[in-house]
Amino acid sequence: MEYQNIFTQIQVRGPVEAGIPLPRGDDERIGKPIYNKLAGWMGYAQIGPIYLGFLGTASLIAGTIWFVIVGMNMLASVGWDPIQFIRQLFWLALEPPPAKYGLGIPPLNEGGWYIISSVFLLAAVLMWWARVYIRARALGLGTHVFWAFGSAIFLFLCLGLFRPLMMGSWAEAVPYGIFPHLDWTAAFSIRYGNLYYNPFHCLSIAFLYGSVLLFAMHAATILAVTRYGGEREVEQITDRGTASERAALFWRWTMGFNATMESIHRWAWWFAVLTPITGGIGILLTGTVVDNWYLWGMKHGLVAPLPDLWPTVVDPAIGG
Amino acid sequence: MNQLWIPFAAAGAVFVGAAIIFGADWDTPPVDSVQIGYRGSGMVQVLDREDQAALKVANAVLEPAYQPDPAGPRANEVYQNVQVLGHLSEDEFNELMFDITQWVSPVEGCNYCHNPDDLASDEVYTKVVSRRMLQMTQHINEDWQPHVAQTGVTCYTCHRGQTLPANVWAKDSGPGEKGRAVGWRGGQNIVNKLAANTSLPTDALESYLLGEKNIRVHSLTALPDGTNKNTVKETEESWALMMHMSESLGVGCITCHNTRAFNDWDQSPTQRVTAWHGIRLTRDLNNAFMTPMEPVFPANRKGPEGDVFKVSCNTCHNGVQKPMYGASMLENYVKSLGTQTERGVPDFNLWKEGETKVLAPTNTSSLAPASGAEEKALASAD
Repeated sequence: MEYQNIFTQIQVRGPVEAGIPLPRGDDERIGKPIYNKLAGWMGYAQIGPIYLGFLGTASLIAGTIWFVIVGMNMLASVGWDPIQFIRQLFWLALEPPPAKYGLGIPPLNEGGWYIISSVFLLAAVLMWWARVYIRARALGLGTHVFWAFGSAIFLFLCLGLFRPLMMGSWAEAVPYGIFPHLDWTAAFSIRYGNLYYNPFHCLSIAFLYGSVLLFAMHAATILAVTRYGGEREVEQITDRGTASERAALFWRWTMGFNATMESIHRWAWWFAVLTPITGGIGILLTGTVVDNWYLWGMKHGLVAPLPDLWPTVVDPAIGG
Repeated sequence: MNQLWIPFAAAGAVFVGAAIIFGADWDTPPVDSVQIGYRGSGMVQVLDREDQAALKVANAVLEPAYQPDPAGPRANEVYQNVQVLGHLSEDEFNELMFDITQWVSPVEGCNYCHNPDDLASDEVYTKVVSRRMLQMTQHINEDWQPHVAQTGVTCYTCHRGQTLPANVWAKDSGPGEKGRAVGWRGGQNIVNKLAANTSLPTDALESYLLGEKNIRVHSLTALPDGTNKNTVKETEESWALMMHMSESLGVGCITCHNTRAFNDWDQSPTQRVTAWHGIRLTRDLNNAFMTPMEPVFPANRKGPEGDVFKVSCNTCHNGVQKPMYGASMLENYVKSLGTQTERGVPDFNLWKEGETKVLAPTNTSSLAPASGAEEKALASAD
């Protein structure tokens, strides 16, 4: 019964761990490590030290500048009224420039701030990405996290940089705001004739839902065999124990096929990484190569035919 | 002391939970659902029973005070300065005046529009406006049957016992955006009360129900041919109008559209044709009736930017797909409000509060609104 709990039951306390010595030229880790019971419920109980270094520090500074530019513009957009800023926070946004400026530099108060803040956001994200690579190498790890993060950055760049460049206008970028970016997403689908019929959108959704399914299957399997030492997954890749055997048998019995302790992680990694990659391709094709996905779907047999329930309806603008 | 976070976390959870439960405008079950389109298309109208019950009460029709005698001398023979309703009998005219008082100014009474010492005088601005509103009602009932059909409209369709209809709009560019170097939000991204509290563009009604901006944003070809210049921004503005219509009529997108292809008329229910005429009706009322009356309206009957209050879908519909649930109040007033009796428009720049006894129509006037330059020239000529 100890295992059948969403929280980790056993918290190990000992001398805090600083980690391995860092190579020459690296900065010191920051912060005196502490133990936290709440953190121990969710993961490991030790918090800190954190390694920031040049890239981490510069990334946080650039990200903060982006955050402040967006926030100050939001505050100004309600006439510097702090109460309205809080009440309408989810509605507020820093909007990209209008289409008339194309890829030129707009005035500050007509999207100029958007461009400036975007430069800082891009710098912050790319520096954090580089830091993920360098920290992984410093620990002698593979660079899988770096590439996975890169796939998310690819989608972000498709939306905010590549597609606006291809369309020839910064107006195509996404506003920085809670509801406004959701409205943008829905309006984007409406403008281009329903993204539902975009096959790369279909693929992205398949990988997204597939990721969720794989996550649930894998997590449930491992928790189910933890009582036999199944959480020591990596050891069991080479030294298969009874936990691994039972998990494999379970899936072979229920669906005739099973992943292995190693391959399940490759499945999960590829499904996760392919979600934003296919999504990004779908974004890049929209408006550049295809202008109306519904009509494209009609052309390629993707759209289910419906009976004409309202044969009398004619466009009054042409039907008279 | 280490456990201090527990009461804070609990308080936070209670606050957020309460905000979700009580802050959002939930419809409690049960709801009724009505299938509109083909199975599997998701075209189902969902109606909350409690909301519908409240709306039915709010949309009850009023009966005429009594059945007037159509015989006898005409109103324009009995009374002075009767320009629009002169063809009614004296009894019909008086009965209508009584009903209009119930419809528009039940608290304020006759004197809301009339000088009690001289009922014929046009010196009160509301009298000039209400005469034009009578012409507007006749115009809607005669010329806009593609939208209002035989059901028609009366003053009560919009006014509902209030001097100013509850759901009107005026230009409002909102806070910020006024000559500052920071805070540009592109005409959107604040709470838009006219578009179902979304963050969609706030000037949508101005663009489509006053101006004639193109609502259609879709491409009619699968691949880009360079002709469709609409961006996501135009789409958001068009969508804001659609949200306004949806909210005004208490319906969803699916009342007029198969949402898999919003623009495709072949898959659209017939209501979309009615709505198409409704947009043009509203535009006509704002340009031909509301805007030209700007000179006579006092400041408290104008919006924050000094323009006159205007008509939207919600002005008549008041949250219901068919105003008054489709009941016709017009059928009792066909003679007075069913057809146009006087098409002439007066020059509203000539009207002076407390002075103008008769504001007669100028035969040369057209329905087109006077441009701002002309209004200024006339005002300075005074």
